[in-house]
Amino acid sequence: MSKSKSAYSEPGKLGKSEHHIIVVWVDNEAGVLARVAGLFSGRGYNIESLAVAEVDKKKHISRITIVTSGTPSVIEQIKLQLKKLIPVHKVADFKRNDPNILFKELALFKIVSSKKNREKAQKACKKYNSFVLDKSKNSFVIQVTALRREIDKLIETLSPLGLVSTSRTGAVAMTRGAEIFK
Amino acid sequence: MGKLFSGAEIVFKVLEHHKVEHIFGYPGGAVLPIYDELKNHKTIKHILARHEQGAGHAAEGYARSSGKPGVLLVTSGPGATNAVTALTDAYMDSVPLVCISGQVPTHLIGTDAFQECDTTGITRPCTKHNWLVKDVNDLAKIMDLAFEVATTGRPGPVLVDIPKDIQFKKTNFVLKSSNKKKLNGKSSSNGKISSSDLDNVINLMKKSSKPIFYTGGGVINSGPDASKSLRELVSLTGFPITSTLQGLGAYPGDDPLFLGMLGMHGTYEANNSMYSCDLMINIGARFDDRITGKVDEFSPKSKKIHVDIDPSSIGKNIKVDLAVVSDVGSFLKALNKRIKEKHKDFLNSNKQNISKWWKDIDKWRQKKSLSFKNSKEVIKPQYAVQRLYELSKNQDTYITTEVGQHQMWAAQHYKFNKPNRWMTSGGLGTMGYGLPAAVGVQIAHPDKLVIDIAGEASVLMTMQEMSTAVQYKLPIKIFILNNQYMGMVRQWQELLHEKNYSESYTAALPDFVKLAQAYGCVGIQATKPDELDEKINEMINTKEPVIFDCRVDPAENCFPMIPSGKPHNQMLLGPEDEKEEVSDEGKTLV
Repeated sequence: MSKSKSAYSEPGKLGKSEHHIIVVWVDNEAGVLARVAGLFSGRGYNIESLAVAEVDKKKHISRITIVTSGTPSVIEQIKLQLKKLIPVHKVADFKRNDPNILFKELALFKIVSSKKNREKAQKACKKYNSFVLDKSKNSFVIQVTALRREIDKLIETLSPLGLVSTSRTGAVAMTRGAEIFK
Repeated sequence: MGKLFSGAEIVFKVLEHHKVEHIFGYPGGAVLPIYDELKNHKTIKHILARHEQGAGHAAEGYARSSGKPGVLLVTSGPGATNAVTALTDAYMDSVPLVCISGQVPTHLIGTDAFQECDTTGITRPCTKHNWLVKDVNDLAKIMDLAFEVATTGRPGPVLVDIPKDIQFKKTNFVLKSSNKKKLNGKSSSNGKISSSDLDNVINLMKKSSKPIFYTGGGVINSGPDASKSLRELVSLTGFPITSTLQGLGAYPGDDPLFLGMLGMHGTYEANNSMYSCDLMINIGARFDDRITGKVDEFSPKSKKIHVDIDPSSIGKNIKVDLAVVSDVGSFLKALNKRIKEKHKDFLNSNKQNISKWWKDIDKWRQKKSLSFKNSKEVIKPQYAVQRLYELSKNQDTYITTEVGQHQMWAAQHYKFNKPNRWMTSGGLGTMGYGLPAAVGVQIAHPDKLVIDIAGEASVLMTMQEMSTAVQYKLPIKIFILNNQYMGMVRQWQELLHEKNYSESYTAALPDFVKLAQAYGCVGIQATKPDELDEKINEMINTKEPVIFDCRVDPAENCFPMIPSGKPHNQMLLGPEDEKEEVSDEGKTLV
């Protein structure tokens, strides 16, 4: 290697990046989402999706579910850095392919097309727990719940069938069985 | 119903509860109610800075030299944004600061009101936590929590943003005394150290034939007792010890077991020991990039132990074999106890084991990597620091620095024997830190000798704080190694950019002696090596603030150094080593 006299070192070898779902329980107070999101952007971590809502009205606890990707050491840092935030109560971390974890995402699709294509579209959604929420002469709004990649695929299928609007919640997660994450 | 207190009164009530004696600040429209209340609290003295950044660094110097949190009071908008550099500096170097900022009244927030800015938004990434107080009933609780967050775990800055209407509003004052008072680095949650951890550490120590202690600012932050325990541990083991920039003073700088500072401008023996060791015991340091150099080749053959109060510091940059999350003071105490109980004869039984290692180290020491070619005509900056050390070491001296070559020369040539005597901006590298920090140190230690070893470029960034020093009769000494260049910038341009000294020469420097007189303090100039001692003594004996213009060799470079991208065993020792051409790849990495 040629001689380097830089003021900063060169990047080292990178580990393999993998997908994780990070679940964070936080106090539902002003600015808490900015703290969590700012930690990710400030340290160069990735957010693929983020879902958040208050889950305990009495204690004002919100549950944030973040889909992210990174090397094992980055994922470890994400967890440790999150735990340092004052409003954070606990942090759980699941690999995306963990069989003990349920992942679901909800999506709404608006389809505007011919009767034939609308029927095709409805059929394509059928196996994902679909409900038609609204209907008009040439359109409908349908709700599905599925895995992220299933929704990705569904969007591809629906596009030529008159899909004009998509709304997705981002993934939420929960462990199987009677156990809860402490 | 009891007496009602205004928000401003509550602020002072909590400050009094935490035994705050000094606050550093600058008034403005949105904090006037708090400033108005100042007169009713005689135990709290306000130090008026000339710029909020200066107030912030002064609070840092105060905190680092005293072990108490520094308190900073600024107004909204520009007051808060000016404090951001100091808050970030404190965040990087783990200094406990409580910053109280005024904010426009609640009903004007979000309207782009006069001197409004999103203070909590701006300071979120540079504080451990911050609060916007929207209800006066929350104020006491938040203020109290602010002190707890700033001073526990890994210490750091916090900010409480108080809208002006909240400062006027009245309520009952209740402060639950459930919060136990904890000082720097005394983590409550991680207090237990398991004996199996200790035994694992001792086992690794016993197996090692090339051990080294690598200690950092965590030892200082843990309090003076941690430094005492560290000294005991080193004497119990006979292991060599090196320290980071922030850790200097935790172990005596003139002790034979001390290898000097490590890292980019560390000694040859310290860096080679780090590279070649088979056991590295990191106590309260964070594997910063100025320390590790090229991560892939960092100490390739060693087992690594890391003791740190901050779990996120462990494994962030370097994988370690044994991690202990703990306050380093408690850890050292427990480890010493264990060694004395179970391994009484550790030092003697292990001597043979590491004798070859000490021979290697002595060989590296022979290189005398801190040596330099002295001159009779021109003052060499290293010589100036050495003379300053020799002439001030007989008293309890506090040293602050700015950032650049002079900072590294100070770290290399000034030997510290006690913790909390060395205040420097390591993580953020803030030029302009040293002068205001010296103000804060002198406030905390009015009778001690406080010297800012400065560069002429850095010191001009916060020179206005001389006015503060004169106002409060603080006899700080500003010892400027004046080479007319931003020396470290010039050094890098020499190494990397074919001596194209782009904008690193200051063509119109002020006359520092006259500048001193203009501020109402004393100016001294030295230009020749043979007058240096006399002038330094004159400075030390002056009872007023002094600006000392020490004219040094403008071409001197700071050695030894590890060029980045290189491991620890490939150092440049002096000008002869720097002749090689620099690759284009190397240039892009700056």
